[in-house]
Amino acid sequence: MCDRIYLDHSATTPLRPEALEAMLPYFADIAGNSSSLHADGQRAKQALDAARESVAEALGATPREILFTGGGTEGDNLAILGVTEALKQRGHHIITSAIEHPAVLRTCEWLETRGLEVTYLPVDADGIVDLATLRASLRPDTVLVSIMLANNEVGAVQPMAKIADLAHQHGVLVHTDAVQAMGKMPVNVDHLGVDLLTLTAHKFCGPKGCGALFVRKGTPLEPITYGGHQERSLRPGTQNIPGIVGLATALRLAINELPAQSTRLAALRDRLQATILTSIPHVKVNCAAPPRLPNILNVSFAEVDGEALLMALDMRGISVSTGSACAAGANEPSHVLEALGLAPEWLQGAIRISLGRTTTNEDIDDVLAALQQDVPRLRALATGA
Amino acid sequence: MYSAAVRDHFANPRNTGSIEQPDGQARVDSPVHNDRVDLMIRVQDGRLAEIKYRVLGCVAAIASSSMTSVLATGLTLDEALALTPEQVAEALGGLPEGKLACSVLAPEALRLAIADYRARQP
Ligand SMILES: Cc1ncc(COP(=O)(O)O)c(C=O)c1O
Ligand code: FES
Repeated sequence: MCDRIYLDHSATTPLRPEALEAMLPYFADIAGNSSSLHADGQRAKQALDAARESVAEALGATPREILFTGGGTEGDNLAILGVTEALKQRGHHIITSAIEHPAVLRTCEWLETRGLEVTYLPVDADGIVDLATLRASLRPDTVLVSIMLANNEVGAVQPMAKIADLAHQHGVLVHTDAVQAMGKMPVNVDHLGVDLLTLTAHKFCGPKGCGALFVRKGTPLEPITYGGHQERSLRPGTQNIPGIVGLATALRLAINELPAQSTRLAALRDRLQATILTSIPHVKVNCAAPPRLPNILNVSFAEVDGEALLMALDMRGISVSTGSACAAGANEPSHVLEALGLAPEWLQGAIRISLGRTTTNEDIDDVLAALQQDVPRLRALATGA
Repeated sequence: MYSAAVRDHFANPRNTGSIEQPDGQARVDSPVHNDRVDLMIRVQDGRLAEIKYRVLGCVAAIASSSMTSVLATGLTLDEALALTPEQVAEALGGLPEGKLACSVLAPEALRLAIADYRARQP
């Protein structure tokens, strides 16, 4: 076993060869600026248009509703800051959830320093937002509901269509961070009923630093950066053509493979979960109840520290994570697991194992064997047994 | 992010376990997390003849418990009381920012175990 076993696909995924292949010509051979009128520019423009059409089709949207961005964080920021700015005459209240990614939470907290009010909806033990609480939180001055489609730490999937329905009944716009959901479950903007949707390429084997924001036709949105006319002046700046081509290629392939991959990954994840539960005592699976993403297993081991377990696995060549990559090293328990109401010992001993298209049956065998050795060893260190 | 010494002491912690009938013992619980260090000492001729511990915590907590036991074994009680978390971290080749708090647990447990030993003396 000289190759490492990568089980941290929720943090990021390896670029798939087909996407790299599609991107390569746009770094050097087709070097034009898509805003230029000459032939070089027009070739870049063609690639940009084709990618936009492809992403729109994947989401059930129209090309004009797709803005290319610099990734998930930027998409979330543009959606939240852009809508609240555009609607600042109408109201100063937004609703989100306690388990959002920092890209949403920190943006909302910043808005609070600017005088907006934010409601952070709690979730139940399975990580799901309560619709009655949402209904009770909607106010006449609410301008946006931003709730993630699927959570990055535990994989819980929200009842987005119902959330959107409820918000729309009150005339409130809906944004969803679908960063983790893309390529793992069907994502159609009309079925979900959302007005804005964020995605980022590097979570579905596309390149890092490239994403898209769906903005439904007629949705009021102000830019958060200013410059040229690119992306309808809502995201000015010369587009990252290689990245966008890679994003569109990876998304198309991920969606073609979705039915087969989601079944395959769920089976691997279920075997991993079942074997952990039967072979290691004092274990808790976090957010085990469906609906959840097929590729994430968040599991807590009592009397073990998650970071210590991560490092023990790392020394065997296996990559997993504790909480989100952003929180790693921050020395704080995961805000997502806290929101689930986990007791301290479960908070401490949580790791996230996230599978992807390169994950094999043998990878699952290897991580199981490693856990069966490292968990008892670390427990012995803690208890002296 | 962790030094080679931290990784070594984490992978192969020294002096782990417990002492049958310790001369002094103390347990320190971290207020923030669920972490704890339970440390035992055996004293002979005024020196720390043996140190053992049980530790639940992160990589830094485990490595600094191990290093504390290594540095303090053989010291007189007063020398051991002067051992600081900074010295433990330094012996480990440094700890990442934000992990210094974890290196406090074991030296603190050692200090309290020595106090426990002294309190037991007639
Ligand atoms: C749910 C979620 N939202 C947003 C992001 C941020 O995306 P990016 O890294 O592309 O900025 C991530 C992952 O990093 C994520 O998991
Ligand atoms: S002991 Fe809790 S983070 Fe180090």
